[in-house]
Amino acid sequence: MIANKLQLIGQQALNSVSGFGRAGLMLFGAIVGKPNIRKGLPLLIKQLYVIGVLSLMIILVSGLFIGMVLALQGYTVLVKFGAEGMLGPLVSLSLLRELGPVVTALLFAGRAGSALTAEIGLMKATEQLSGMEMMAVDPLRRIIAPRFWAGVIAMPLLALIFNAVGILGGHLVGVEWLGVDAGSYWSAMQANVDLYQDVLNGVIKSMVFALIVIWIALHKGFDAIPTSEGISRATTQTVVTASLAVLGFDFVLTALMFGG
Amino acid sequence: MSDVLVDIQNLSFSRGDRPIYRDMNMQVIRGKVTAIMGPSGIGKTTLLRLIGGQLKPDSGKIVFDGLNIPTLSRAELYQARKKMSMLFQSGALFTEMSVFDNVAFPLREHTRLPEALIRLVVLMKLESVGLRGARDLMPAELSGGMARRAALARAIALDPELIMYDEPFAGQDPISMGVIVRLIRELNNALGLTSVVVSHDVTEVMSIADYVYVVADKTVIGQGTPEQLRADPSPLVQQFLKGEADGAVPFHYKAAAYEDELMELTK
Ligand SMILES: Nc1ncnc2c1ncn2[C@@H]1O[C@H](COP(=O)(O)OP(=O)(O)O)[C@@H](O)[C@H]1O
Ligand SMILES: [Mg+2]
Repeated sequence: MIANKLQLIGQQALNSVSGFGRAGLMLFGAIVGKPNIRKGLPLLIKQLYVIGVLSLMIILVSGLFIGMVLALQGYTVLVKFGAEGMLGPLVSLSLLRELGPVVTALLFAGRAGSALTAEIGLMKATEQLSGMEMMAVDPLRRIIAPRFWAGVIAMPLLALIFNAVGILGGHLVGVEWLGVDAGSYWSAMQANVDLYQDVLNGVIKSMVFALIVIWIALHKGFDAIPTSEGISRATTQTVVTASLAVLGFDFVLTALMFGG
Repeated sequence: MSDVLVDIQNLSFSRGDRPIYRDMNMQVIRGKVTAIMGPSGIGKTTLLRLIGGQLKPDSGKIVFDGLNIPTLSRAELYQARKKMSMLFQSGALFTEMSVFDNVAFPLREHTRLPEALIRLVVLMKLESVGLRGARDLMPAELSGGMARRAALARAIALDPELIMYDEPFAGQDPISMGVIVRLIRELNNALGLTSVVVSHDVTEVMSIADYVYVVADKTVIGQGTPEQLRADPSPLVQQFLKGEADGAVPFHYKAAAYEDELMELTK
């Protein structure tokens, strides 16, 4: 009984290690080597549109609402101490350091990551990937690589847009609605936000998250069992695994960047 | 130049610990239509993937045009694949591209032809499968038979030496079946192709093949021209050709005796 359990655990550990190995090989095959600008660039631009531009709506709306909620919640606390002048730093630092990168990554995993997994899984199931291989075109270079780079480029930009819209949302609620002084909202923000410590660290976080989410999404699709059940499982796994990985890495990165 | 385009020697291959082929030999002659017949699940698709280098045999040689496929480097394999085409069972058209772009895909990937010339070639290939008028349709808008013909146009876009058809007749209505049978023969002769047709549709295969291999039980159990095969004394071959349900190949998957299992229930 216990031996069986142990065997099962060992088996699962082996599976996840070999899965990790396959994911590494996939990424290696996709991005190592001489890039072909003439063919690669149009593919990259198309994926930037599909992965980046089409995710813009959800990022804009979420960013706006999260900024507004932050201002509302922050104001009710700050005003008790007569510190509502610090609303600007509160909103902007929360967004730049944490919420921008993290929420963007979570939304991105749900919006673009799941779509990528399903797309690639279906391409596998309908033998499009095999067919491409038999036509002497490497699917890693042709299908995986442009999607990978598009995700890695698009997500930090989306996070920056999320931050900007969030700060505007905070202004909308804090200044326009609750009557915080507009000058103090912006000048306190300027005085308290540091380009390297806050903005740059946020961008670095966002780049790490982009790598994680897009890698997981592509690998889950590429490794999916090519049946409808397999694809639906892979899609779910992408969202769950990517979200958990983002939250885990966020803690580690936060500890490294702001902990000391 | 040798007469033999694909020479399979002593091929053994297993999936996990289940053997699929054991010491199999097979030859595909240039310019001919060679058919490989056998019951479902016997490993016919697997054989095509072995020839295409997508799977590696446990032992044995697969010589294509003088090159032993399993020993090629990645770059050499990709070079060799430009000379062969495979028509997948599902067609495997790229769903996000129009029929035209699907056929143009290998040309755009592997040649530096100007777009005007690519257009000319694509229209020529589409015309030869009767789909010139469907060039702007998306794969989802095609019927099953049309999708297979579009995939065929794509497969011959680069004028390969070898074309492999995986179950080209499966799931086709009688008319598109007839169209595809005729196309395989006509393209083979007009383009000087060598064709390998994998199928379990006996009548269609026997009507177009120059040479037939019957595969079962991990190896070749019968071979010859269709006439020779019809006269083959082997009961296995005859059972397969006539489509009898039970005979030398048992209908039942290996099981314990029926009576014993029924008795167990009442115990
Ligand atoms: N990817 C795979 N992994 C494991 N077994 C497979 C795989 N593909 C096919 N098989 C098994 O190999 C055998 C041969 O399959 P296949 O070549 O598709 O047969 P056929 O084309 O003759 O119907 C089948 O029994 C099938 O279950
Ligand atoms: Mg098959």
